[in-house]
Amino acid sequence: MSTASLNRLTPYLFLAPAAVIMALALLYPLGYMVYGSFRDWDPSQSLGESTFVGLSNYVSIWGDPNFHESMAVTLKFAFTVVGIEMLIGVGLALLLDRKLRGMSILRTLFILPMMIAPVVVGLIWRYMYHPTLGVFNRSLKSVGMESVDWLSQHALLSVIIADIWQWTPFIFILSLAALQSLPQSALEASRIDGATGWQQIVYIKLPLMMPVLIVTGLLRLIDAFKVLEVILVMTEGGPGLSTEILALRISRTATEFRELGVAAAMSNFLLLLLLFFTIMMLSYNRWQEYRALKARRLIEEEL
Amino acid sequence: MAASTEKSQHPAFYAVVVMLVIMAVGPIALMFINSFKFDVDIISGTSGLLFMPTIQNYETALCDILPYEIDHLDFCALKFGGAFMNSLIIALVSTVLTLVIGCMAAYALVRFKFMGRDTVSGTTLMVRMVPPAVLLVPVFGLWNNEFCISKSSFLGGLIRDTFGGRGDVCLAGTHSGIILIYIAMNLPFVIWILQSFIVQVPRQLEEAARMDGAGPFQVFFKVVLPLIKPGLAAAAIFTFRIAWNEYLLASALSDRDTKTVPILIVNNMSEFNVEWGVIMATGVLLAIPPIIFTLFASRQIITGMTAGAVKG
Repeated sequence: MSTASLNRLTPYLFLAPAAVIMALALLYPLGYMVYGSFRDWDPSQSLGESTFVGLSNYVSIWGDPNFHESMAVTLKFAFTVVGIEMLIGVGLALLLDRKLRGMSILRTLFILPMMIAPVVVGLIWRYMYHPTLGVFNRSLKSVGMESVDWLSQHALLSVIIADIWQWTPFIFILSLAALQSLPQSALEASRIDGATGWQQIVYIKLPLMMPVLIVTGLLRLIDAFKVLEVILVMTEGGPGLSTEILALRISRTATEFRELGVAAAMSNFLLLLLLFFTIMMLSYNRWQEYRALKARRLIEEEL
Repeated sequence: MAASTEKSQHPAFYAVVVMLVIMAVGPIALMFINSFKFDVDIISGTSGLLFMPTIQNYETALCDILPYEIDHLDFCALKFGGAFMNSLIIALVSTVLTLVIGCMAAYALVRFKFMGRDTVSGTTLMVRMVPPAVLLVPVFGLWNNEFCISKSSFLGGLIRDTFGGRGDVCLAGTHSGIILIYIAMNLPFVIWILQSFIVQVPRQLEEAARMDGAGPFQVFFKVVLPLIKPGLAAAAIFTFRIAWNEYLLASALSDRDTKTVPILIVNNMSEFNVEWGVIMATGVLLAIPPIIFTLFASRQIITGMTAGAVKG
């Protein structure tokens, strides 16, 4: 082969492995799933051997009270978790946004909970919630209070607390980064005008941080729908269906009930839901960029 | 700003900071401490640090790869050692392959101007959106039934003759099956983050190398690659972490011999009688690599994390 044609081929050669793998292991499976959701599909069959059943998988999850329950749990979990994490995370960022010695050490320690395996997070919390061995009940007992059976009486709450522990630092770090990149001139000007600390936060810092906060919140929301391992280890979805979020329901439908078609239909549903949030986030980003562009044009015209 | 930095902070402020640190790190420290306790000590609740430390839990967990006989154990039931080897192989191989493939793709995207950064960041986000639970069904079906080599074909027959086993040769149950899906899951993010580093490599440098007679591959490996090491480090940490920690897809795709550590932990947790000491020891072993990365490269991790959110 001549050097010239080799040069012309280079970009394709460089891109080919990535393209092949993405197509084979990501796009094809997703298409396969959409196709499979219209079929009565058993794990022992290949998809070709299964029978076409039209929309019946979708109809069955539409009428399934367990699916509704698990959908309700998922929504409750995701929105509660993101709401509380945003409040605490942004609050802490506002509180700790000062010149602190050892801030980088602090940040390092804070990201530890999200770096370790979700399975391990579940393990730690299951131990801490243990009715007799756990830290919480031992502390309650030592101050003379009744012990609480966390994982059976307050399962959803316990799972929510664990998730807040794990993911609040994410929001804290992102909002701290946003805070520290705010234009100092605006803060300076407000201080000269005599704004108090609170007024600065409410009228200047929060509105200026808003774009980052909204994107962060949506990212967290998308991730909250993906949580599975922590809950699996802590409660296995129980007691009853009280903590069986959608991701767990999908994996149980596929592995325990062996109804791959129904599981595929549920997966599709979850995917569409997340697609909706993602598109919302992307269009919000676009809109922000557009607004910034327009503002810049206006300023240029004034000049 | 200057005024507030000069004056020392209120003591209550430091109290809050200390409390936050305890809350963040405490549970993890608790696991570390308990992993060195006898089960008797965990159950009786000798609180605090007053206990006889022991490495017995670690010995029990790793009984199948320790070179010496263990006195307190007559039968090695857990076999975590093999699972650690599997986890290590899968995480390392998928990290290396993702980096190599992702690096080449990112380079092509930047230098030959195929797609804009918008397309790549859009794809990254879309893939980030897909939960592993959604991939579970199709990947399980495909890896078991479609991505197979028939045993009557030449290659399939060769594999069956050398490695034994029955039926067609399929991806499911092999290390490569799990590695393949991890590479696919991580590629978009790796390409996206490496792109931002490659953009900064001056073009003149590459042209100079080409003048000296280097081919495109030499330019890439000898000139570009050494310059983007920090980006490679960040990408490597993120990829390794996902491959090392992932449970769901690995549990669907592995068989008896290719189980990873998270799978064994989940299996042992769902038994009625949890042996807390041993399970905590395995938890610690699973947590150590990510913790080490965090302590040594927290700056890169935070950069990767903030970049992912702040810039779509």
